[in-house]
Amino acid sequence: MLIDKKHIGMKVPPHSVTPTAWQLKWFAKAIGETNPIYFDEAAASQAGLPGVLVPPTFFFCMDMDKERPFDYLETMGCNLGKMLHGEQSFIYHKPVYSGEKLDFDAEITDIYDKKNGALQFVVKDVKVRRQGELVCDVHSVMVIRE
Amino acid sequence: MTMPSFDALNVGDEIPSMTTDPVSRLTLALYATGSGDHHPLHLDQDFVRSQKIAPDVFAHGMLGMAYLGRVLTQWVPQACIRSFGVRFSAITWVGERLVCTGKVVEKLERNGEKCVRLELLCANEQGEAKHKADAVVALA
Repeated sequence: MLIDKKHIGMKVPPHSVTPTAWQLKWFAKAIGETNPIYFDEAAASQAGLPGVLVPPTFFFCMDMDKERPFDYLETMGCNLGKMLHGEQSFIYHKPVYSGEKLDFDAEITDIYDKKNGALQFVVKDVKVRRQGELVCDVHSVMVIRE
Repeated sequence: MTMPSFDALNVGDEIPSMTTDPVSRLTLALYATGSGDHHPLHLDQDFVRSQKIAPDVFAHGMLGMAYLGRVLTQWVPQACIRSFGVRFSAITWVGERLVCTGKVVEKLERNGEKCVRLELLCANEQGEAKHKADAVVALA
């Protein structure tokens, strides 16, 4: 079943996340990070930073940090068991630190298919703002296999 | 960290690479905790086999992108990264080491800043590409 293109332009329910030093410590450990500004509050403070630095790909994790991270695909009637992550990109405007509340505001910006509908692509663009200031653009392409 | 200089860099120059430890089940459990992604595809072998999805659990795609991010932030301060994007092309299995490399493919000026565009590759030790990425980095 092809996803109805009427969903292009759909607003995704917004959410807010405040990254914690605790979670960033585990993220850093998982990816083998050795620079302490990414996991040690004291080291970050000594480096003159207001908190632990949020690493480049963590914006995706925060975008997913909601009760139903793929609520928009469910709304379109997609089977999440058939979903793959196709592409992911970020545009960075300002660095972000632990303890800062971030607002995630997303919209479905494209839906297209390849191979006669065997592969369908859903594109989501997210504006991440801190107290109204744009800090990051998050662009995700999810693939639904038939 | 010695800041690379725009003038000294040429198209084709490689940035310092990184080879990871083999991705283990512990890596995937830690990444689930750190990322908040506890999907059973990456953690529960019984689930993966019962659903006939794959013979074993496999890595989160974003783990490979995070490794490529480390290649960037080991090269320049994170605040220099203007954009960073990846296409996921193959699955990373438990036991694979990932070789993460990058090279300069373009020198450009964008919004009044001197920048370089990098192509990055995350591959296994046999050279099978897992993720292809690109990044634009501003340099003085």
